[in-house]
Amino acid sequence: MPSALPLADPAPLDGLLPASVAEGAAQRNFGVYLHVPFCRVRCGYCDFNTYTSDELRGAKRSDYAGQAIEEVALARRVLQTAGLPERQASTVFFGGGTPTLLPADDLIAMLAAVREQFGIAGDAEITTEANPDSVDAAYLLALREAGFTRVSFGMQSAVASVLATLERTHDPERIPLVVQWARDAGLAVSLDLIYGTPGETLDDWRASLVHAIAQQPDHISAYALIVEDGTKLARQIRVGELEAPSDDLQADMYELADELLEAAGYRWYEVSNWSRGEGSESRHNLAYWQGHDWWGVGPGAHSHVGGVRWWNVKHPAAYADRMLAGHSPAAGRETLDPETRRVERVLLGSRIREGLPTSELTAGGRTAVAGLIADGLVEPGAALRGRIVPTLRGRLLADAVVRRIID
Amino acid sequence: MSPRATTALQPASTNPEFIRNFCIIAHIDHGKSTLADRMLGITGVVSDRDMRAQYLDRMDIERERGITIKSQAVRMPWSDGKQSYALNMIDTPGHVDFTYEVSRSLAACEGAILLVDAAQGIEAQTLANLYLALDNDLTIIPVLNKIDLPAADPDKYAKELADLIGGKPEDVLRVSGKTGVGVPELLDKVVELIPPPTGDPTAPSRAMIFDSVYDSYRGVITYVRVIDGKLSPREKIQMMSTRAVHELLEIGVSSPEPTPSKGLGVGEVGYLITGVKDVRQSKVGDTVTNAQKPSTTPLAGYTDPKPMVFSGLYPIDGSDYPVLREALDKLKLSDASLNYEPETSVALGFGFRCGFLGLLHLEIVTERLEREFGLDLIATAPSVTYEVTTEDKKQYTVTNPSEFPSGTKIAHVSEPMVKAAILAPKDYVGTIMELCQSRRGTLLGMEYFGEDRVEIKYTMPLGEIVFDFFDQLKSKTAGYASLDYEPTGEQEADLVKVDILLQGEAVDAFSAIVHRDKAYAYGVLMTERLKKLIPRQQFEVPIQAAIGARIIARESISAMRKDVLAKCYGGDITRKRKLLEKQKEGKKRMKMVGRVEVPQEAFVAALTGDVEEKKK
Repeated sequence: MPSALPLADPAPLDGLLPASVAEGAAQRNFGVYLHVPFCRVRCGYCDFNTYTSDELRGAKRSDYAGQAIEEVALARRVLQTAGLPERQASTVFFGGGTPTLLPADDLIAMLAAVREQFGIAGDAEITTEANPDSVDAAYLLALREAGFTRVSFGMQSAVASVLATLERTHDPERIPLVVQWARDAGLAVSLDLIYGTPGETLDDWRASLVHAIAQQPDHISAYALIVEDGTKLARQIRVGELEAPSDDLQADMYELADELLEAAGYRWYEVSNWSRGEGSESRHNLAYWQGHDWWGVGPGAHSHVGGVRWWNVKHPAAYADRMLAGHSPAAGRETLDPETRRVERVLLGSRIREGLPTSELTAGGRTAVAGLIADGLVEPGAALRGRIVPTLRGRLLADAVVRRIID
Repeated sequence: MSPRATTALQPASTNPEFIRNFCIIAHIDHGKSTLADRMLGITGVVSDRDMRAQYLDRMDIERERGITIKSQAVRMPWSDGKQSYALNMIDTPGHVDFTYEVSRSLAACEGAILLVDAAQGIEAQTLANLYLALDNDLTIIPVLNKIDLPAADPDKYAKELADLIGGKPEDVLRVSGKTGVGVPELLDKVVELIPPPTGDPTAPSRAMIFDSVYDSYRGVITYVRVIDGKLSPREKIQMMSTRAVHELLEIGVSSPEPTPSKGLGVGEVGYLITGVKDVRQSKVGDTVTNAQKPSTTPLAGYTDPKPMVFSGLYPIDGSDYPVLREALDKLKLSDASLNYEPETSVALGFGFRCGFLGLLHLEIVTERLEREFGLDLIATAPSVTYEVTTEDKKQYTVTNPSEFPSGTKIAHVSEPMVKAAILAPKDYVGTIMELCQSRRGTLLGMEYFGEDRVEIKYTMPLGEIVFDFFDQLKSKTAGYASLDYEPTGEQEADLVKVDILLQGEAVDAFSAIVHRDKAYAYGVLMTERLKKLIPRQQFEVPIQAAIGARIIARESISAMRKDVLAKCYGGDITRKRKLLEKQKEGKKRMKMVGRVEVPQEAFVAALTGDVEEKKK
């Protein structure tokens, strides 16, 4: 979650949604995102909505699971009142922050609340993010036994100097260990990587990729480092302590990642995500790009249900106050008009392998596709079959591609 | 202060013998307006309460820049103790761009006060105007101003002035426009030394127009000096150059507000209002006569002002084009020397090719357009008029690089030349000569003024002067040098047109006509600037400078390889969409040159040389 919330309409205190959100709901999956806004330390590059114990202003980590469970109950009431059909959760995702900073029992209790309120589909994907140094074999086993199916480790890099710049505290040696534990417990494994850290060379990046592939995870995410305003990293770059990551080097790194991952049997399915074999994509992640419904629980979490997007108050203390008062924690929301929803579908759909149906484009947009084919930015074959799928170059220029077809 | 003249002489019945017509010649900043203000106060035509600084300079820009653009004339009563006089002070523009207007103002006078800053001495501008005054047979009264300044050195500059115009240093008056010291004595000298006007009161009337200003309430106000005969209210008058007849709705004198009178007689200076709405119908230098009993001989010296410098003016926001057109139409009403015609630029859209008297004129017009009409403008690099002859003997007059003939072989090109006079402390002679030499100047001579100042004369192509010469001169001489120039014919030169190409497509706004020896430098300068200013595109963009088909300089902007926000921040799609909306807004401010998106600011920066590294 970014540090600043969008500007939009205020959300009502009861959190109630307009009846319009129920339209077409049967065709949309329903997922739950549970945000855990705690970290032991804050990494220099991170502007996610997370807090160390010093920053909590009286909010208590130990009280958090209870508040989140309240919101899950609120979610059910709101969705029911809006006339949405009963839908089991097809995906559940614990993100942060560091979800594994909470005792396993807390995560299990939160998952139980989702099950109690909505039910969980038999083939549901249930993921938690985890910091390699905050889990052990017993913890992972407990999660698996409670129904979790997947764990995503924040590996970021295999190179000590890169981890030091990122201020990640884990020991890269620990990765094979935690991956093994997860696999032993029966969890699918994803590794998260970051490239383009100041000082990181193409060879450093290659080493991280090779190391990650060697663990044979089911899924790998590789995100270009974004220098966010207000972070320590941004300040270090401003004063010249560190050099800003170069776009060209990041492009080289992306191309290298795609090359090595494809060669190792991983296939891209979203600009920053690769999976091994059918069915190992992160369905929760894809739901964001495919416009499904999800309820985001916790401080600063974002939700989308049937064309209404909203987001919660950011600080855990403010969140606690809202929950205590029996109010919705939503801070702001926006109701998208049909054209905005179409623009979003273009924006999101053109980044995934499944592609964007050309029927979503205006006549002008469809004409512009010819130029994209000529420039080698979209797959010609797919375009002829009526879908916009970006090429490797097109993925690197995805924002430019969207600008050209959106008119 | 109370006026010495207890009874003012009435217009239309004043004996020419008791009239004195004079102007003040001074360099910018030498205090002409302050002295004029002081005279208005001392003679009592403006009360202290109404006195505002630089009363005569009406336009905001004039007041802010401390220079006079449009001249005015004020009638002031004065007495030497025995006899009342009417003093007409004709304020002249001080800048070389307005030499023609100055010459007409001078022609309306019998004498001139040569006003020089006692701390700075004479400047090139002053010399030019002094020359014009002497050419018009005016009586010169040398005066040192600002003697109250601690840095004033009146003895030194009195000697300098005396050497210059002949006479004794002690004859040079010393005044302070600021405190008023010496100003009454100066007015006494005006009465004593300047000859009264002469003319034939019975001859058919002839009056010379020395200024013409547009007033939004009253239409054109024409300032005249009567030479022969008399002009009266309600009579029909005729402009001798156009034969147009108008009725005199009002006639009067400025003191300094317009005051209607029973007419104007021989030697008198005043204004006319005919209801005409466009200054072009009342041209400076023209002769006004009586329509029923017209004179047959117009007064000498009338010429149409010719534009010397051309530049394309374009609104930064293309939708402001109609506003710009209307603004130019309005400015034209008050500025007969402004020329313009519509022009289209591939890069800049719709605009106007404008002709100006000189660089200051260009600057003033642009500033007035921006200030009075709220426009944001881009001005293309100033250009001059070239006469191009092709090998098939065809002649082209080129005021815009885009008119430069292409395809056929050029036989020869001639360019306008000027005689430039630069006045500066002698320490800077070397630097100035170097600069002039680099601008294809030919040294004509040098002359020392006083002990430490030199006037350096060069003939130079005007095209070299219009391109940042004055800025260079000022910065290389710590601001001490002053420049004056006048046209002096044409010369043939090896001139070529340099085009700047983006992805093989010429960007018209950046084309320039330069000397062949400078073509490479211009090409390198522009290609390097543009490389810094144009953001990377999805493809490689070559930037080239070319003479015809021959490439003389080349740069290239490598293709942008990454333009994607990697993640979606836990489902914050709103943020992603807003980013897209922002990017789309940004795209709207781009101009397309072929397939290349060029930010509007890049054009402005490339043309002004105000280059900062692009952000990404």
